[in-house]
Parts: sequence; structure tokens; C-alpha cells
Amino acid sequence: MQVTRDFSHYVKAAGPGLQHIDLAVEGVHCAGCMAKIERGLSAMPDVTLARVNLTNRRVALEWKEGTLDPISFIDRLAELGYKAYPFETASAEATEVEESRFLLRCLGVAAFATMNVMMLSIPVWSGNVSDMLPEQRDFFHWLSALIALPAAAYAGQPFFRSAWRALSNKTTNMDVPISIGVILALGMSVVETIHHAEHAYFDAAIMLLTFLLVGRFLDQNMRRRTRAVAGNLAALKAETAAKFVRPDEVSQVPVGAIHPGDIVLLRPGERCAVDGTVIEGRSEIDQSLITGETLYVTAEQGTPVYAGSMNVSGTLRVRVSAASEATLLAEITRLLDNALQARSRYMRLADRASRLYAPVVHAAALLTVLGWVFWGASWHDAIVTGVAVLIITCPCALGLAIPTVQTVASGAMFKSGVLLNSGDAIERLAEADHVIFDKTGTLTLPDLEVVNASGIPADIFKLAGQLALSSHHPVAAAVALAAGAKSPILSAVEEAGQGVRATVDGVEIRLGRPSFCGAEHLVMDAELDPEASVVAFSKGAERFVISVRQGLRPDAKAVIAALQARKIGVEILSGDREAAVTAAARALGIVEWRAGVTPADKIARIEELKARGMKVLMVGDGMNDAPSLAAAHVSMSPISAAHLSQATADLVFLGKPLAPVVVAIDFSRKALHLMRQNLWLAIGYNFLAVPIAISGIVTPLIAAAAMSGSSILVMLNALRARNAARRI
Amino acid sequence: MEILVILVPLALALGLTGLAAFLWSLRSGQYDDLDGAAWRAIADDEPPPERKADLAQAKR
Repeated sequence: MQVTRDFSHYVKAAGPGLQHIDLAVEGVHCAGCMAKIERGLSAMPDVTLARVNLTNRRVALEWKEGTLDPISFIDRLAELGYKAYPFETASAEATEVEESRFLLRCLGVAAFATMNVMMLSIPVWSGNVSDMLPEQRDFFHWLSALIALPAAAYAGQPFFRSAWRALSNKTTNMDVPISIGVILALGMSVVETIHHAEHAYFDAAIMLLTFLLVGRFLDQNMRRRTRAVAGNLAALKAETAAKFVRPDEVSQVPVGAIHPGDIVLLRPGERCAVDGTVIEGRSEIDQSLITGETLYVTAEQGTPVYAGSMNVSGTLRVRVSAASEATLLAEITRLLDNALQARSRYMRLADRASRLYAPVVHAAALLTVLGWVFWGASWHDAIVTGVAVLIITCPCALGLAIPTVQTVASGAMFKSGVLLNSGDAIERLAEADHVIFDKTGTLTLPDLEVVNASGIPADIFKLAGQLALSSHHPVAAAVALAAGAKSPILSAVEEAGQGVRATVDGVEIRLGRPSFCGAEHLVMDAELDPEASVVAFSKGAERFVISVRQGLRPDAKAVIAALQARKIGVEILSGDREAAVTAAARALGIVEWRAGVTPADKIARIEELKARGMKVLMVGDGMNDAPSLAAAHVSMSPISAAHLSQATADLVFLGKPLAPVVVAIDFSRKALHLMRQNLWLAIGYNFLAVPIAISGIVTPLIAAAAMSGSSILVMLNALRARNAARRI
Repeated sequence: MEILVILVPLALALGLTGLAAFLWSLRSGQYDDLDGAAWRAIADDEPPPERKADLAQAKR
């Protein structure tokens, strides 16, 4: 049967006679990779553009229409040593790119205006204490107005819009005092200029916008980069399926191009990408990612299969009932929605700070105006002082305090293999005091490993490994890996659902089910781990039993100890059988565990802990964990997790070790500490500055210097978030 | 002081030129990949287009 791959789904037209595709590439780190990929791809005839984006690890390719197949690029990249996969930009990501560009445009305009207004302000400040003529000062003030007013109108849009939205919903946010401050300062400055006053506040207003835009851009950029890389990883997991395009021809197509009613082929060792019903074939299915159950389920005609389950032994034909978006059990989705709604009530640190901040600042400014009028000043002087108070308390340090720390901390976490899905995940993770682990795929590795290799003679085991290379079966893959086998036995024959056999030097060797190798008696005798699966190997009359199981993550024990050392409670909630969970809990020294729990049970347990005032960190990978990931205070998933779980988790970690869980907690605690410190710095600055402003002696120079000083201090403090994690 | 009439507009024009250059570079996608741009500066020059065509021919 001929198998083809069809990625035309991803190809787009790019101008006359040109076609375009975006590929997500794994393993691009440096300039060397960039040059190698670009040269390698541009050397292909008819390629007109090959450009690597190192920030989001993607390659954009254009070629002459109809000359090349996207597969050839993927093959070429594989030759160069990179794994690639076609990538479709999610619409949310495209919106974010647009938003980020708009912020950068606003920042450019604001920075330009700040520089030029400052250039005009400095002569005014120095002129005020020496010999400047009032006409010259007015000229400079008018020029400043000419620059600052249109610039503020453009660059202030992100704040004005958000403030307006908040006000029309009858709430308030950080942007409300910012907008009021900027508009009042500009309006007051125009009035002052008309009245030939010594001071105008154009410089302060526009500089405030510049600093705030820096913070806003950093904040946005952090989330955007992580989302882009996470999107790549999802694409690289290559969610494809073999679809029957004709009764006897299959084509490997992306899940996005499969529709209900299609028929797909599910070969042994393949993970199912769709929901459907088996219409032909017999096999065993590993549903551990969905239910947490490690024992295989038998599949035959009429058995429903779900996306995320692995076909173990035989080949199946499956009629698709739901694909791509709709692959989930209705109950999981419903639980998930409910849980997500509950979580959105969490308030970020910045919002909490601004909720306190806005009324205080406005009250201070208002009291200043009233106070001055009460003590006999003119309305004009009183309002000028009031505006000075608003400007000097401008929340630019406050606006930078959180995003700068988030950006630095997320960068540092990224380097340690943790991706953040949301900015406030840091704040929530830092508060976590109880961790719930799922077992299968989280505490244990998603892949199988051989347990009893030492009990088998080395040469026999090596032979078994070589034979295993001929099979697709995941257990065989584990045997081959453990034996370090490289060269397959060419004459090997696979018998579906049974095993592989071959003849070497006139002796028949077999690897597969105990019955296939005639080794049932050995299995009966050997008292094996309840979790393990067993395969047998026979060579002539010799019989061996190989026991295979999902091993614990290499550093799981150390991580649990490290968590306990940090006074964080640890427990296991697993959908797997009791025997399997007990073994893992005992090996890891975890006292609290529950087995055989359903998704609803997991949520109930989390709610119970919540009611006791605990902040739960849920770590899980299965589709059955997705609702509880959403229900927990904060959640993490390994990168091997089901798609839905990854999208739901606040943080995703890469690689085999479990250590990123502790590293992320350490980083986020340090980051939260720095965020709080930054807020106190900003508030402390206001405590110093506000009395000076209220007293009416503040000049724009002092205000501008104080404001910039506090902002820079906050940014420098944020850089300390880079080195937080202690080694475990 | 009349010099201001020349210098101030000149300074503003320079500033605006800078702003225009920034907006152009933003539009042409030069800020899309800052990590890559940092490395490209030290990478070897790519072969010129005609040379590239030769290479492609040679490969064939």
C-alpha cells in the first residue's frame, strides 16, 4: 500500500506565480543553524525565499508555483538534521502580532516626541533662571504643544481606549488615572501657555506615555513569544492521520484536513488523532493519556477510540466521528468550561495595586486643589499644583513594576525549559502551597522502559533488540532502545497481534506475546510488578521474559523531596489502578494518594483543598486532567501531554526531568518577591514626591528627573529575577 | 536669536526623518526577529544572486 503525505492544506499563494509555506523547526538555536538552513534550502532550484526567524523558530519559504512539493522541504530539513512541520498561524497569534506592532509604532511616536519636547524644555528651564525673553519662552512652549498634542493623541490610544472601556463598564483600571493625568496635564499646559506662564507640562505628559508604553510592550512581547514557541511545539508533535483517499490508498494528512465520516488507518505504534469507531481490525489500545489507566484495552469492530490513545498491536480502520476541534468527550469539555470560568475571577497583582492606587491619587490631587483654594490661593494656582501632583504620582514606575519582572523571569524560565502561557501564572505559581501530581505520564515517563535487562544474558538481549527493530509496537521500541540495537534483522516477519520472528543461523527467534514464544509457564512463575507489561523472547529452545513498564521520571524522587523541603504538600491523584499508584507513591515517599479517580473526583478534591484555603498546583498530562488543570489555582503540563491539557495549563515544561516544577516555583517566588518590592519602590517614591508636589515647589525638571529615576530603579531591580533558582 | 528659526525646524525635521525611518523599518518587518537580526550581523555574507544561480545549476 502506497503511503503519501499531503500538506497542500498549509500552502498559501504569495503573489503572482509564487507559493508560500511556514514551517515550525525544532532545534534551531544559533546563527550557525540559521545560515545552514537558509543555504540548504535556497540551494534547492526554484526556491525564491528561505528565511529563518530565530525568535519564534520558524522558516518562511516561497517557491515558484507548481514546481515543488512542501514535503521536499521537510525532507531537505531532515537531511540537514532538523525536524520540521508545516505550521498554521492561529488567529489569536496573528492579532497579537498586529497589536505588538501597533504598540511599537506608538512607542516610536512617543519617544520621538519626548526627545524633541525635552530639547525644547531644557532651554526653557535654563532660560527661566537667566535671561530668556517671555516671547521666546512662549514660542518654545507653543512648539512643544505642536509636537506633544498630536503625538499624545496617537501614542496614548492604547491607554485611552482601555480606560474608556473600563469606564463604560463602570469599573476602573490602571489606565484611568493614566489617561486623566495625561489629558489634564496637556490641557493645563495649553492654558498655561496661553497665559504666558513660566512652566508647561508637555514634557512630563509625553514622557509618561513613553515609559508606560515600554512597560506595555514588554508585557505583550513576553506573552507573544511564549505563545509562538508553544504553538510550534504543538505543530511539531505532528498531529496527522493516515486517511483513505481511495479504498486501497492512504495519504498522511494533517488533522485539520480530516472531517467526520472519513476513514483513517491506525497502524501499530501510532497515536490516534481523531475520535471515531473501529470498523475493521483487532488490536489493543493504550488509553493512558485519556484515562490514566496503563493496562491496554481491546479494540474490535464497534469499539470507540478517542484522540490521544495509542494503537498497540494490530492495524485498525476507523470511521471518524469528530476531528480537530471536537475530538473530546462532552463531559471533559463541560467540566473544563466551568473550571475556567471559576478561575477568571483571580485578580492580578497589578490590577489590585491600581484599584488602590487610582482613588488615592485622585483624592490627593483633588484635596490639593481644594486645600490651596482654602488657604487663599487663586483657582488657577491651585489647579496648577493639583496637576503637578497628578504628574509626579504618574504610575509609570507602577506600570513598569510588574511587566519588567514578568519579562525577565519568563526569559529565565524559558532557558530552564519552562514555557509560560499567561503572565499572571507567575503570581499564582508563587502562592502554591500544595502540589497534586497525576501519575501516568507525569510522575512516570510517557515512554516504556525495560525493567529486568540485567536478568537476561547480554548477547540474547542484544539479539532481542535487533529483532525488536522490525516492529512498530511501543513495547518493541522500548526493548530496542534498551538493547541499544542499531542493525535490524532483515528477514524478520511481523505477525499482527502476536510478535516478530526471524531465522538467524538456522535457529528461529521470536519476540512477542508469551503464547507466541511458548513461554506462558515462565510468566506464570515470575512474580512481576503489577504495572509491567510482559513480552517473551525465544531462541531455539531457550525462553526469556522481558518486563516493560513506564519508569518514573529520573529525578522524581529528588523533586518530591525538594518540594517537601519547601513545606509544600504533595499528593497523587490518578485514574490508574490502585496497585500501580501504590507502587509509585511508595517509591517516591508520598503519603497521600488516591487511585481510580475520575475527572470529576479530581475537581472535587481540588475544591475541598481550596475550601481549606490551600492554593493547589496541579501537574498533569492526560486529557482526563484538563478540567482539574483548569480548576486548580495554577497548573503545569509536560510537553508530552495531550494537546488540550497543554493549552489549559499555565505552564508547560520540556524534557524528561521533573525538575522544572521546582525550578518554576523558585523562579516565580523570587519574581513575586521582586514585583512586590517594585510596587513598594514605586509607592515609596510617591510618598516622597507627593508632599513636595502638594507644597507647590516642584518644577517640571524635578518632576521629570524623579519620574525617570523611579522608572529606571524599578527596571534595574527587575533584572535580578534572572538568577533565582537554587539547584535541587 | 534668529538662528532659532533655522535650527529648530532643522532639529524637528531630523527627528521626523528618524521617526519616518523607524516606521518604515517596522512596516518592512525588521523588528519581527530581533534575535535573528543580532546574529545575521556577524554571519558571513550570502552569495550574490548570480552566484546562487550558478550554485543551483551546479547542484543540478
